[in-house]
Amino acid sequence: MIEQTRTALFHCLIIALLAALYSLLPEYHSGVLARVMVLAVYAMGYNLLFGYTGLLSLGHALFFSAGMYGLGIAMHHLALTPAPAIAFGLLTALIVSAVIGFLALRTTGVAFMIVTLMFAQAGYLTILWLGEYTRGDEGFVIQQSQRVLAGIDLSDPGNRYFAALILFAVALLLTGWIVCSGFGKTLVAIRENEERARMLGYNVHRHKWLAVVASGVLSGAAGAAYALLFGYVGATFATVQYSIFPLLYVLLGGAGTTIGPLIGTVFMFYLIDLSSELTNAYLLVAGVALILLTLFAPQGLAGELRKRVLRWLP
Amino acid sequence: MEFGPHFFLASLEGAVNAAVLALMAVGLSIVFGIMRVVNVAHGEFFMLGAVLAWWISSLAGAHPAIGFTIALIAAPLAVGAIAAVADHLVLRRINYDPERTIVATIGLLYVLQQTTLMTFGPEARPVEAPFNKRIALPWFEKTAEGFSLYWPWGLGTTTYKLAVIAAAVVILVGLWIFMTRSRIGLIMRATQLDSEMARAYGIPVDRVYALVFGLGAAMAALAAVLVVPIQQAHYLMGHDPLLLSFIVVIIGGLGSIPGTVVAAVLIGMSDGIISVFFSPTVAKILATLLVAFVLIFRPQGLFGKRAA
Repeated sequence: MIEQTRTALFHCLIIALLAALYSLLPEYHSGVLARVMVLAVYAMGYNLLFGYTGLLSLGHALFFSAGMYGLGIAMHHLALTPAPAIAFGLLTALIVSAVIGFLALRTTGVAFMIVTLMFAQAGYLTILWLGEYTRGDEGFVIQQSQRVLAGIDLSDPGNRYFAALILFAVALLLTGWIVCSGFGKTLVAIRENEERARMLGYNVHRHKWLAVVASGVLSGAAGAAYALLFGYVGATFATVQYSIFPLLYVLLGGAGTTIGPLIGTVFMFYLIDLSSELTNAYLLVAGVALILLTLFAPQGLAGELRKRVLRWLP
Repeated sequence: MEFGPHFFLASLEGAVNAAVLALMAVGLSIVFGIMRVVNVAHGEFFMLGAVLAWWISSLAGAHPAIGFTIALIAAPLAVGAIAAVADHLVLRRINYDPERTIVATIGLLYVLQQTTLMTFGPEARPVEAPFNKRIALPWFEKTAEGFSLYWPWGLGTTTYKLAVIAAAVVILVGLWIFMTRSRIGLIMRATQLDSEMARAYGIPVDRVYALVFGLGAAMAALAAVLVVPIQQAHYLMGHDPLLLSFIVVIIGGLGSIPGTVVAAVLIGMSDGIISVFFSPTVAKILATLLVAFVLIFRPQGLFGKRAA
């Protein structure tokens, strides 16, 4: 119980800090932070599967874009209001992740990575193929007039920041709760030793499948929020690159820590932001970061912090 | 054009595809077979080969054949050396752990690709073929007196494309002899079977791994030098061949060289033919889904044997 309370308190502190930052930061940086928070939710979804369950997926862009296109198509073509469109986006991500989880979990290790990569690639190509509805690479814009939820205009920077913060807070508290629950502990047990978890009587396959679905829905929520808050839906978000990004964020921040995804996203976002001012080959930074991380800090920033100083970090 | 000649033309284009793909996929396959690691940066080694070929042939000036011949030898060697260094600096230090290797090679992919973007630039650049003569091909038609040959308009190929197919066959046969008949090939196969035991018998396993990784990359570069007179050099050109070689290696059974070659011919030909008659996007969707389902339901590949 102590663990749960401490985790919740720690997370509330982070959320309060982010809320206070809005009035402290200049407008450019609070705009960046809104985007970072949405992407951090994506990374948190990824972390649930990679950091806690030990399954490395290379196809999470599929879940992100499922949420994004679920919401986007519902608003753009069916002219739904944001609330049902969000539900539509989450439902799409739920169905996609349930099916992909069911299929991909028949494999393990490297095969799992390649299967998820291939499904995501097929998803990306399908988006291009259905260009009539999705407008392919070009994508489509969700009109500003449509992006009003409960009377609040989400295209206004202030409202957008707090909408992103609410999503982030829900995701953070939810992950904190999952991680402290029996279900989360079982996922960690599977990560550490799958055979032993199975021998102890846990239904390993079912737990993994639930982890894929939870991770997929969280990623889909981030995708839907991204489309709603920033008003753009495009095939770029379904490319391999967007499957690599959450991996990068989580590795950098610290896999298997609740706060790692946020730290990693902030760091990576600013690193890329700064280097893209210097050169157009800004992805070089991502490449160098990936290599250095695998070589020297496989635990990531928050992981190293937990190992050295704060042993209680959730 | 009628269906018959059109299909023949599509198969010819498919055969060129298949030849290049086979070379590249075999490189990926030996790396996986011997080192048990998946090299995601393989496509970038292909791209590097093409870019180096452009650089060498533009430096050489003179007759295109001279520059091309130098490129054919120098580019694979240079790319192989780069790969061996990468193996030594990165992969060896993470102990070839399968998952960490994938992450590290993704990093390597970005480093190679973006460095090329910074130096070579975003343009696509052509390399002139050493020889390139058009030849018209005949087709038969049924007349009252039986079959007779005629030359339909547009049915033809170039001597260079035929040479690519021939070169690929020669290289693959050479590689096969190298792996099964030479002493180094024997050492490589011993390392593949049991690296611990090989080390116990005094085989320098680390050096063998560096050599294999370099050889795999050199195969990709060789494929690229052959294809660059047909397709231009571009810093993003590694992406599609990487995906296709993954598909080929998985369908053919991970690590099996004959399986890889058969699968390359099958996938290369059908990709060429389907793209001519249907939308290339649909062909790619079907191919990627096929790979996913093969891995799920038949992980040993369509031609591979189940691991003992």
